[in-house]
Amino acid sequence: MASEYGSAARSRMIGRAFIYGSLVLLAALYLMPLWVMITTSLKSLDEIYGGSFIGLPQAVTFEAWGKAWSQACIGTACTGLKPYFINSLMMVVPAVLLSTGIGALNGYVLTKWRFRGANLVFGLILFGCFLPFQAVLLPMAQVLGKLGLSGTIPGLVLVHTVYGICFTTLFFRNYFVTIPDELTKAAQIDGAGFFRIFFSIMLPAALPIMVVSCIWQFTQIWNDFLFGVSFTAGESSPVTVALNNVVNVTMGRKQYNVDMAAAMIAALPTLVVYVVAGRYFVRGLTAGAVKG
Amino acid sequence: MATLEIDRVRKAYGNMEVLKEVSISIGSGDFLVLLGPSGCGKSTLLNMIAGLEGITAGQIRIDGDVVNDLSPKDRDIAMVFQSYALYPTMTVRQNIEFGMKIRGVPPAERDKATREAAELLQMAHLLDRRPSQLSGGQRQRVAMGRALVRHPKLFLFDEPLSNLDAKLRVDMRTEIKRLHQRLGTTIVYVTHDQIEAMTLATRVAVMKDGIVQHLDEPQVVYDRPANVYVARFVGSPAMNIIPGRLIEGAAGPELEMDQPDGGKSRISGVAVSEDARRQYAGKPVLVGIRPEGFSVAEPGQQAVQAAIEVVEPTGPDTLAMFTLGGVEVIARLAPRTAHAGQTARLAVEMAKVVLFDPQTEIRID
Ligand SMILES: Nc1ncnc2c1ncn2[C@@H]1O[C@H](COP(=O)(O)OP(=O)(O)OP(=O)(O)O)[C@@H](O)[C@H]1O
Ligand SMILES: [Mg+2]
Repeated sequence: MASEYGSAARSRMIGRAFIYGSLVLLAALYLMPLWVMITTSLKSLDEIYGGSFIGLPQAVTFEAWGKAWSQACIGTACTGLKPYFINSLMMVVPAVLLSTGIGALNGYVLTKWRFRGANLVFGLILFGCFLPFQAVLLPMAQVLGKLGLSGTIPGLVLVHTVYGICFTTLFFRNYFVTIPDELTKAAQIDGAGFFRIFFSIMLPAALPIMVVSCIWQFTQIWNDFLFGVSFTAGESSPVTVALNNVVNVTMGRKQYNVDMAAAMIAALPTLVVYVVAGRYFVRGLTAGAVKG
Repeated sequence: MATLEIDRVRKAYGNMEVLKEVSISIGSGDFLVLLGPSGCGKSTLLNMIAGLEGITAGQIRIDGDVVNDLSPKDRDIAMVFQSYALYPTMTVRQNIEFGMKIRGVPPAERDKATREAAELLQMAHLLDRRPSQLSGGQRQRVAMGRALVRHPKLFLFDEPLSNLDAKLRVDMRTEIKRLHQRLGTTIVYVTHDQIEAMTLATRVAVMKDGIVQHLDEPQVVYDRPANVYVARFVGSPAMNIIPGRLIEGAAGPELEMDQPDGGKSRISGVAVSEDARRQYAGKPVLVGIRPEGFSVAEPGQQAVQAAIEVVEPTGPDTLAMFTLGGVEVIARLAPRTAHAGQTARLAVEMAKVVLFDPQTEIRID
């Protein structure tokens, strides 16, 4: 009896060890590129060409990061990523705020002020989510040209806002349908109008989905390459386009450490947003007692 | 305090007519209960009074003024919803003050009104909590407080108690009644619970399929229901509707009902007008007898023969089931006076018997 029990426990332990072992292995495999990026970006160029790709740096140096930030050459101008990083910020902040704001308003109207054909409108907006980027490129270029926004950051803001509205509307509509209609009726009787209800009652209750929408939009817009490369050129490019140029257009010895550092810099904001706002996301979910 | 007149009001969603010519008029300080089954249009009517739904045809007047085209905030009403509809991100105090804030009531006055309402509803200790931190009964109270501070002409309640457990519902019912007696405000109250209607109302409107079936004082609705539907809807257990026949007896009109053994029960002393007596003599009628209209007969008293099939003691009285006129009949008798399997002689309180036309199901007077 006792030994049987013991062997069962042992075989369960072996099973566990196997599962955890594979998980650790897969995680390591998945994290490998990140590891290589970080270590490489902290090495000097000589060390990279002299040693292995994977090992720890012998002498940690931030030189590559500094270079990527302010000296790397993009095309003919050697300004580093900095101005393009700022471009991206100037694009992403208004675009995220605008698309989230409009999405919230859309969701509010589509659920609480239903009009004839509201479902059709929502269906069409939803369709926008499945529209491939490529299909929008040419018409959008024409529109931007007509508006005189070709190759500018405001132009990109417009593109990303319009494209993002489909997703943010979907988020907010699906969130607001769960808020009972009686809430808006009560507010109407209390004397609140359309915008008062929106700002005083709906938006505060929508904090969790607002965070979700912002994270989603920030990630999408910051990481976008296609719109950036299609609608901007030269100095007004977002950081993703600039990064591509840094990596592709170096002459002489390929500066792997600078490339890696540049890639890290370009990816950092989405990481930061996720880490910082992810907390609020969870907090918002637990505090968001929408049920009356 | 205000009068309310609903004048031939109709409501249609597209082709679907939800309310068909509803007319109700109540006086200042009345407590009107709209009673009816799910989907009969009670909430729709209430929302129309509130201004939350458009009026397809007809007029709604508050204190004589037509309000058809006034927005909810200009109608001087307050409403309590079934789900309470408290603003989830605001504290109880903010919930109560929200409406006053919008109306530009100065802070000192707001505070005073809030404190008064909180005291009246015994919720002063809850003011800084959020709705999610309250029990169902407490939320209910907050919702009422939010309505109270407005001092509206008209209070509207949409099934405010239906989310509460049975005990709390009875308590809150009493509280609402007390509140009405104290404030004297005109109230329109929607429910599908006939006990709530009976206990609270000064006027009951029984609705079905968008039509008001009967509008009167609760006791009248109970004693002399306008039709079979109302008779069955109000009262528990429901009124017995027994197929029978109105016949001319030696000493005036008599009611004849089939017994299951093939015999006939005959009772005299039914109150019918001369017209009805002429019209229905020898014809079938539906005999409406409330369960408490039966009692164990004294010797010599006229009675129906009841072969009792089941008895259900409830404590204060015993429900006895038997068959009469081909339908199951329930009698509410004194405890221990009837037993299953026994054949009892049951007297009928003739003054409380109502007759209905078998075709139209409308009461015969
Ligand atoms: N916006 C709408 N469009 C179409 N039909 C509607 C709409 N609102 C309500 N109805 C219909 O009107 C009828 C009455 O609805 P209402 O909500 O007034 O019922 P109710 O008597 O309050 O029922 P309950 O006791 O279930 O609350 C129902 O048949 C419902 O399906
Ligand atoms: Mg209803």
